[in-house]
Amino acid sequence: MNNEFYPLFFSFHFYLFGLIALASALLFVTRKSPVAAALWLVNVMFCLAALYVMLDAQFIGAIQVLVYAGAIMVVFLFVVMLLNLGRPEDVSDIRGQFPRLAAGAVGLALLAEVMVLARAKFPAQIESAIPSGDLSRGEPGGIIGPVAELLLKDYVLAFELSSMLLLTAIVGAVVIGRKRS
Amino acid sequence: MVAESLALSAALFTIGVIGVLTRRNAIILFMCVELMLNAVNLSFVALSTLYGAAGQVFVLFVITVAAAEAAVGLAIVIAIFRHRQSVNLDDINLLKG
Repeated sequence: MNNEFYPLFFSFHFYLFGLIALASALLFVTRKSPVAAALWLVNVMFCLAALYVMLDAQFIGAIQVLVYAGAIMVVFLFVVMLLNLGRPEDVSDIRGQFPRLAAGAVGLALLAEVMVLARAKFPAQIESAIPSGDLSRGEPGGIIGPVAELLLKDYVLAFELSSMLLLTAIVGAVVIGRKRS
Repeated sequence: MVAESLALSAALFTIGVIGVLTRRNAIILFMCVELMLNAVNLSFVALSTLYGAAGQVFVLFVITVAAAEAAVGLAIVIAIFRHRQSVNLDDINLLKG
């Protein structure tokens, strides 16, 4: 894909949302208060939803807003406020000097490795092994058609198993979280 | 745009790892894991523009598993908080020899 293929308007907003996501993620790991951290993470997720829409994955963008920003983060905020952990100035949970340096070194090494891997070529045999729907537009079913076709044909077993997983998670969360008398 | 997305995904994943290594609050650790899952989702979606819709299907499964993980994990955090009155990981050392 060439860069000159995209109009300036598109590129500008792509970089804008990317930079906002990056800045919000940095603010998220450096906030002391869990509530502030959770709200910055919500911001990251909204920006990622915008990027998904720009990458022609509109359905995933909607799911990102509904499930991630809407449901999962509300659960996080609910737990933070339920536990009532006191004022953030009194209890900083960021580790000391040495773990921070070690984390920085690990982070740099990981970033370099992932950047190198991102430039590597996808092996051809893997490419041909994945059943892949055609993402071209203008087909019956619209933008969600190819995803639905794959999800309900090739991956239908995993689809059904994920419903079992969710049921197990509901039961497990209730059993673990209830008060023992 | 795919290369930029992969670079952003790598950066977000690294920020998540640094968060896991430097924080002690169990809830914030969970949120860092969610950030890492989101970074991987971004790679999946970016590569799905080149290799077909299978990447988007995987993203749906990742979101499902993340929801289940958040529910069970936060229930465990609440159960631990009832016992120890703390979510600081340094206080949770019952299995330490």
